Amino acid sequence: MNTKVNLAGVELKNPVMTASGTFGSGMEYSEFMDLSRLGAVVTKGVANVPWPGNPTPRIAETCGGMLNAIGLQNPGIDVFCERDLPFLQKYDTKIIVNVCGKTTEDYCEVVERLSDEDIDMMEINISCPNVKEGGIAFGQNPKAVEAITSEVKKRAKHPVIMKLSPNVTDIIEMAKAAEAGGADVLSLINTLTGMKIDINRRTFAIANKTGGLSGPAIRPVAVRMVYQTAQAVKIPIIGMGGIASAEDALEFILAGATAVSVGTANFSNPCAAADVIDGIEDYMNRFKVEDIKELIGAVK
Amino acid sequence: MKTKELCRIISQEMIGPEIYSMWVQTDRIADQARPGQFVTLYSKDRSRMLPRPISLCEIGDDKKSIRLVYRVAGEGTREFSRLRSGDDIEVMGPLGNGFPMEEAQGKRVLLMGGGIGIPPMVETAKQLSGDVAAAMGYRDALFLTEELSRCASLYIATEDGSVGTAGNVMDAVRENHIRCDVIFACGPKPMLKAIVDYAGEHKIPCWISMEERMACGIGACLACTCQSKEVDGHSHVKNKRVCKDGPVFPASEVEL
Ligand SMILES: Cc1cc2nc3c(=O)[nH]c(=O)nc-3n(C[C@H](O)[C@H](O)[C@H](O)COP(=O)(O)OP(=O)(O)OC[C@H]3O[C@@H](n4cnc5c(N)ncnc54)[C@H](O)[C@@H]3O)c2cc1C
Ligand SMILES: Cc1cc2nc3c(=O)[nH]c(=O)nc-3n(C[C@H](O)[C@H](O)[C@H](O)COP(=O)(O)O)c2cc1C
Ligand code: FES
Repeated sequence: MNTKVNLAGVELKNPVMTASGTFGSGMEYSEFMDLSRLGAVVTKGVANVPWPGNPTPRIAETCGGMLNAIGLQNPGIDVFCERDLPFLQKYDTKIIVNVCGKTTEDYCEVVERLSDEDIDMMEINISCPNVKEGGIAFGQNPKAVEAITSEVKKRAKHPVIMKLSPNVTDIIEMAKAAEAGGADVLSLINTLTGMKIDINRRTFAIANKTGGLSGPAIRPVAVRMVYQTAQAVKIPIIGMGGIASAEDALEFILAGATAVSVGTANFSNPCAAADVIDGIEDYMNRFKVEDIKELIGAVK
Repeated sequence: MKTKELCRIISQEMIGPEIYSMWVQTDRIADQARPGQFVTLYSKDRSRMLPRPISLCEIGDDKKSIRLVYRVAGEGTREFSRLRSGDDIEVMGPLGNGFPMEEAQGKRVLLMGGGIGIPPMVETAKQLSGDVAAAMGYRDALFLTEELSRCASLYIATEDGSVGTAGNVMDAVRENHIRCDVIFACGPKPMLKAIVDYAGEHKIPCWISMEERMACGIGACLACTCQSKEVDGHSHVKNKRVCKDGPVFPASEVEL
């Protein structure tokens, strides 16, 4: 049975990775699972300098999901390269570094800094709904998507994944713009902007007022967007949004995703990603699937 | 490897208005746990994805069980309160750092708890020997007073004045002229603030247990941060993770 998949020349032992921001740099979760089982670890977004993030409360539970407005707190690229990368490099898994920024220059600085590091890919987050500048501003206009993609591509020595926002009218337009800018892979979806009001305190449940909705509640939206995008672009897609089981992951793969990320589910089960890998293998055994590639985009 | 465990509930009873006490069977957590640490509980209803953090109230003498005392605050804790002995519950832990018991060795310790900050003080009191005072603040109805008075001189404050000092824990400390060399406290923020001010005034070393909304519970997601006075060694900003770097912090390290 073959579970290997290929993303822009990078071969993953299986299509399952962790979603940025839900898994840190893997350190904490390594006490719960062997990171070498994962197709790849996608790290928390990292910027050129440390970011303090948003005030608390930063999260709120909602039915079948959660809102978060962490605000991309991160220790900055220097600490990340000195501390987190050497840790991850001990494992037999691919390393995908998620990059955030406020300006094009910020993104480019991080991308250049990563060029000489021993990583496998970069994922550029142009879709974070929780920071005032940068983030989503780059992800909601096709011209901006294409421009930032090509700026990053000019500097990157590793394959570039552009992470798209679902908070747009037409996901296909954004996907095509990223492809035109030279993106090697697309990631979707990031969180959907939402709000929760605490009726007892008569205030917003999270300090930032709005937050990004994730978890099983958003899965049908994500599957639909992955499907539509897969019909419209030639580059591979990493699908995510509410994956908590192998069945969920397989929906994305059948809809056209070459790989999948497990995010919010890590919070209810720290071994969620490993369980998804086991479940995909069971499914392949049960239905006598020789190669996982037979499943990718099999539902037209 | 650490795991989330499926644990058997040994017993569950209501010990106060909307306050429940649950003994859970788990050798592994009981064996490793320290006072002031917490566990996370998981809902069977998958529409509630996030863990509920609950402090360790007691560790069984045989080190095969833990006691959790919690208030029904919403749907998650409501679900837990309906479980009966023999039912299962998913538990992860022990999590966080716990109280620095070595700092209390041979000293006059004052434990201060308010509301649902009272439960962790029981195991803490049990594991301290010598001169231990406990000042506990209740809204009205009392709970865990028997357990606390067994291992500490217990002073009670009630908001309605029905028992002990009328007012809060600080009123009880002043009224009873409690002297101490070190303070361990857990409770709502305004109470912690008053305690930290008092400790600062009297130059008493003080540790406080903080509360924040949690998602991962293990230090990965950065949901549960509190503000630190200095740039933190892990985050490289003035933020610490309550679930991993805490929940117990030296009062001098965090902003309230
Ligand atoms: C370290 C720590 C230790 C705790 N120990 C105890 C204890 O020993 N006894 C006890 O009764 N309570 C304790 N709490 C508070 C307890 O976690 C909440 O009351 C509980 O999560 C409420 O869940 P719910 O589903 O009933 O409420 P809901 O309001 O329906 O919960 C919705 C979401 O908000 C979160 N949430 C709600 N209130 C709190 C809160 N006060 N703190 C953190 N998250 C919250 C829930 O976990 C859940 O994710 C502790 C909290 C922390 C952070
Ligand atoms: C707490 C939290 C933090 C996140 N941080 C990031 C981030 O730093 N960068 C990023 O690109 N996406 C971030 N995301 C989005 C996830 O990677 C993912 O796209 C989204 O949550 C949907 O997947 P899920 O439903 O499986 O969680 C974050 C999500 C959550 C819940
Ligand atoms: S809850 Fe995730 S870091 Fe504390």
